[in-house]
Amino acid sequence: MDLGELYQELILDHNKHPRNFKRVAECTHHARGDNPLCGDKLSLELVFDESGRVRDIGFQGVGCAISRASSSLMTEAVKGKTRAEVLALFDLFHRMATAPMDAEHVEMAGLGKLEAFSGVREFPMRVKCATLAWHTLHAAITEGDSLVTTE
Amino acid sequence: MTAEQSYEDAGDGLAHPFVKPFDVQKVRNDFPALHQTVHGKPLVYLDSAATSLKPSVVIDAVASVYGRDCANIHRGVHLLSARATERFEAVRTQVAEHIGASSRSEIVFTSGATSGLNLLASTLTQAHVRSGDRVLVSMMEHHSNIVPWQLACERVGAMVVPIPLDKAGALSLEAYANLLDTKPKIVAFTHVSNATGIVNPVQKIAAMARDAGALSVIDGTQAVPHLEVNVAEIGVDFYVFSSHKAYGPNGVGVVYGHKALLDALPPYQGGGDMIRNVSFSGTTFADPPTRFEAGTPNISGVIGMGVALAYLRNLGSDARVHEKSVLNYAKTRLRELPQVSLVGDSEHQVGSVSFVIEGVHPHDVGTLLDKAGVAVRVGHHCTQPLMEHFGVPATVRASFGVYSTCDDVDRLCDAVNATVAFFR
Repeated sequence: MDLGELYQELILDHNKHPRNFKRVAECTHHARGDNPLCGDKLSLELVFDESGRVRDIGFQGVGCAISRASSSLMTEAVKGKTRAEVLALFDLFHRMATAPMDAEHVEMAGLGKLEAFSGVREFPMRVKCATLAWHTLHAAITEGDSLVTTE
Repeated sequence: MTAEQSYEDAGDGLAHPFVKPFDVQKVRNDFPALHQTVHGKPLVYLDSAATSLKPSVVIDAVASVYGRDCANIHRGVHLLSARATERFEAVRTQVAEHIGASSRSEIVFTSGATSGLNLLASTLTQAHVRSGDRVLVSMMEHHSNIVPWQLACERVGAMVVPIPLDKAGALSLEAYANLLDTKPKIVAFTHVSNATGIVNPVQKIAAMARDAGALSVIDGTQAVPHLEVNVAEIGVDFYVFSSHKAYGPNGVGVVYGHKALLDALPPYQGGGDMIRNVSFSGTTFADPPTRFEAGTPNISGVIGMGVALAYLRNLGSDARVHEKSVLNYAKTRLRELPQVSLVGDSEHQVGSVSFVIEGVHPHDVGTLLDKAGVAVRVGHHCTQPLMEHFGVPATVRASFGVYSTCDDVDRLCDAVNATVAFFR
């Protein structure tokens, strides 16, 4: 497995220039995510509009390139989506990132840019870096104000 | 006579044919795990502070327990049990000599340094700490020398108070002296920081605690592999370490306790072996160290630890000089790299060097180094208060053993340079 497959150009770009790296004023949902093993800390805020779609979303915190890029690309991917669409995307992403290393087929349809994280499953120690943002988002919209950890 | 002399004079037939200067290649041949490739490259193992590799003599000793003297100790009257008991108890005497304890009964075997610190936090707090009392713990401690004290102190309504550090990451003796004015009951601190390798002036810290009427507890986990430790010279009441960072097996640790102080402590865990007489009208307990060794211990692990400590002793001070030169070379080389900053740089440092690379998170560094065949530890090293002190979420830690070489350091620096280039 080549390093370039883990750190794809898109991931390196979003690590260097994270999108939606901000606080969200008057957010309706928020959660914090910790990876206690590596010390990553993520704070996620979002607001739904009247039609039930994500109007704005932002994240803050410290983390590695994978977790930062994953947070950044996730915020782009879920903007404008309904709660149900976000949860469906969560499932898709989670299945891709945690598929067994020797899986013959991994469902990618519907992931769009998030396919950039398909290499993560070949680095078992780094899967949690990619999924932390998504678990935090999941907690924010299903449990309200909460703290999730990867452990 | 030092413990080292008395051990070498013991005529145990283990005299090692090492010649000066230190023959690191010969040492490397003793460690089978060194001789493998990872991701197609020869392994560079710079994670000895997480766990050291094991020499063949230790691996063979563990196998010989299961392959020959496979019996429970202290219980059987049959020959296998007698052999296992004899080998096990011989290590107690050996450890006492190794760290300068005055008696083998001052040596308690545990399942590791963490369980040793939990044992002390629990029993010392029960015996000596009351509501409103204070226990001092340094800010550079591993979580295993913080959390057990918090748990124990919470039970009795006592407080755990941190001893601050100076900017460079060394314990502030001035702040410590002021905290001693508050009459703490116990002071717990590390001999060597697992995150930075900084060596504490343990003799002074212990003496100040004694003068203030406090008991002293040292976590010596990172010291025993790298320093000549003598608990009598340090003047400490309790000293804890683990086997697996000192070339021995996992799952074994040691608590040294001054005899009179151990005698006064209540049992920790209950079970077989630790009793004198069990009755439903009241159970009485064995004397230390047995009082603190409930259940079947890690017999093969203890025997393996004995062999590991003998191995280390036979390498002698040459190994320590060699390790120090590799550490100093690493610090010099890393300082030359413009994007690298050392974290916790001190002249009093052994075994480890911690650093960060500007603009690259330690976790990404760890993955790229691994791909280059270089094994390091990245993260907070179970020292979150210390990371907070330095204002970093995590560091990269390269740590060394008797088998480490300057070539290892060159491979590390090459991989660091490649990492910087990759994320540029």
